[in-house]
Amino acid sequence: MMRRTFLIALPYIWLLALFLVPFAIVLKISLSDIALARPPYMPQLDLTGGLAAVWDFITQLDFENFVFLTSDDLYWKAYLSSLKIAALSTAITLVVGYPIAYAMARAAKEWRPTLLMLVILPFWTSFLIRVYSWMGILSTEGVLNQFLIGIGAISEPLQILNTQTAVYIGIVYTYLPFMILPIYSALEKLDDSLLEAAEDLGCSRTTAFWLVTLPLSKGGVIAGCFLVFIPTLGEFVIPSLLGGSETLMIGKVLWEEFFSNRDWPVASAVAVILLLILIIPIVLFQRNEQKQREAEG
Amino acid sequence: MAQSKVKPKQSPSTAAFEPWNDPNEKPLIQFKGVTKRFGDFTAIDNLTLDIFEREFFALLGPSGCGKTTMMRMLAGFETPTEGQILLSGRDIGDVPPNKRAVNMMFQSYALFPHLSVWDNIAFGLRREKRDKDSIASRVDEMLRLTRLEKFANRKPHQISGGQRQRVALARSLAKAPKLLLLDEPLGALDRKLREETQFELMDIQETTGTTFVIVTHDQEEAMTVASRVAVMDEGKMVQVATPQTIYEAPNSVYVASFIGDVNLIRGTANLRNVATAAPAAPESESETKPEPVTKIETDEDPRKPQPNDYGKWLHDRLLAPILGQRVDEPKALPAPTKAELAAAAELQAPVDVPEGGLTIDWAENTPALIAANGDPEFDGNEVVLALRPEKMGIAKTKPDAPNVMRGKVIDIAYLGNISTYHVELKTGTMVKAQVANTRRVSRRNITWEDEVWVSFSATAGVVLTE
Repeated sequence: MMRRTFLIALPYIWLLALFLVPFAIVLKISLSDIALARPPYMPQLDLTGGLAAVWDFITQLDFENFVFLTSDDLYWKAYLSSLKIAALSTAITLVVGYPIAYAMARAAKEWRPTLLMLVILPFWTSFLIRVYSWMGILSTEGVLNQFLIGIGAISEPLQILNTQTAVYIGIVYTYLPFMILPIYSALEKLDDSLLEAAEDLGCSRTTAFWLVTLPLSKGGVIAGCFLVFIPTLGEFVIPSLLGGSETLMIGKVLWEEFFSNRDWPVASAVAVILLLILIIPIVLFQRNEQKQREAEG
Repeated sequence: MAQSKVKPKQSPSTAAFEPWNDPNEKPLIQFKGVTKRFGDFTAIDNLTLDIFEREFFALLGPSGCGKTTMMRMLAGFETPTEGQILLSGRDIGDVPPNKRAVNMMFQSYALFPHLSVWDNIAFGLRREKRDKDSIASRVDEMLRLTRLEKFANRKPHQISGGQRQRVALARSLAKAPKLLLLDEPLGALDRKLREETQFELMDIQETTGTTFVIVTHDQEEAMTVASRVAVMDEGKMVQVATPQTIYEAPNSVYVASFIGDVNLIRGTANLRNVATAAPAAPESESETKPEPVTKIETDEDPRKPQPNDYGKWLHDRLLAPILGQRVDEPKALPAPTKAELAAAAELQAPVDVPEGGLTIDWAENTPALIAANGDPEFDGNEVVLALRPEKMGIAKTKPDAPNVMRGKVIDIAYLGNISTYHVELKTGTMVKAQVANTRRVSRRNITWEDEVWVSFSATAGVVLTE
């Protein structure tokens, strides 16, 4: 009995310690005032004062940091731009990832583990190093430009680095495995006899793909899209390394508020709003997973 | 083997459905010298076969015998390496599966899990670009045929295995194919449901008039549903015939042992001397001369008078003090009269052993077995006498039969309706004899370790060469 309670409690303790407690701290900071101190905010809640202090805190509660976010259009533009970049790069990742997953699932059985390993292989190198190497590839003196000039395709080097395009390339490259893996696992489970049945009932190979393969891999596609969309929305490293000044993403804004402005309360407010935005797709993702489990069981 | 053979192939106009015996009948499907190889492996070896319209044709064989390959070639998923496959006289070698008037019911049913039962059945019809109303009426017709009306809106994972099987059948029949292929259609069902479904399949085949080709490894299933059965082995057709012929007159030891249970007795065949044939059997067993079938014990009329109610009353009231209590004779039918016994004896007289055929020397110091239906061509050859267990009799006293063998009961398999006795003959050979359990087991008079006689008639077996 003790053992079971302990086993069930373990993940909850984990969640509490590493998600709920930090979130409560961030939420608390977001409701504080900025101060020139260390830490750079004035706590509004003083628990040593007992219940009276809590009451004070609640009555004097203001959302000035959240109100501030609406006063400057930088913030909502950053949120919108992040949503746009996340959505578009998710779409590109899907278009690139689906055929790769499909080819992997159709490959001879003995090849599949190798192909799977090749997809996972990039994770063995640090993410940061891989993004830096993209800088080397995309810069004006980079490998790509030198190659294109070498074969005579262009005469002037292309400006790719520090543009929106570079951000997309970076995101699609980084998050591709997260798209491929769930789609591959859905396609691999697909029974070949279903396609034969579709063909037997009068479908061409192409129609069979649209009517059978695609709907049956829907679960994998949805999972892949969320796995790419959710982290991309708050992405900070890729836009700051590959993107230019015109690339506005909320992750970058957040970083600047924290480290350049040292305005922790506003930065926390930005983070809280980001989390609220992310909760919607996360909940949708959970519902999709559950629906799929029901369909299978 | 329960032989509950219902013969469904009776069209009203003709007495029997036997297009394969009619030289004017055009086959629906023709395999002409078809060979299929996968690399070095020959799955189908130079196979020629005709299947006729409205037939229920079963491909039967162990796994790996090529039956599934044949079906996949008919569906268009495999192309023959050599030879031709003709459908209504037209070579369909390079017609893709989606262009053939052939539909297939898959072993796994292959129902589309994301579509409802209704949409699954409509799937093929929608590909034909039919208008909505005709699709709807056809789907509803199929739902009625397979009794699935209630489940039209369910998804495949929400219905039972038997219902899924019917959806698969309805879906493959919806397009009214010329030929329906069924790949182990009942393999996933439990025994009772399988038996019911077999009869349903036969009904549906008859109502729709579609030609069915079924692949199965279950010989009972093949024999129940099929008008003809093809027994396959290693890519070759071993025998193609009606279930009765396959069972009663297998053309090889392989077929005999694949279909049902069989006793195989190996020996040397000799032409049976017709003149001495009749007495040959009893003579060779002179030391144990069989008793006459029935003996008439007494000459006097064996009927004893029995008291009626009045007599009993008299006895109880008046005679009991003098003669003692009345002893009731056990109630019995009157014993047979002499004339009746004689008539019975006539009936039970040894059946005339037909003349001709072969005798088979199968062991030393044992009388040769008589196979009156043996082919005289086999004279002098090593042959195998194939005997079905249910055609063997078993008795504790020596029966009067053309072929008798002594042995000891080693094992008894009680199957409810029948029992199979495993008898070890004096020569060490094991044979099986099957007897219907007409009496309760407790009253069975043969038991383990009993010395018994196993007997069979002169035409019970089939003489085969290996």
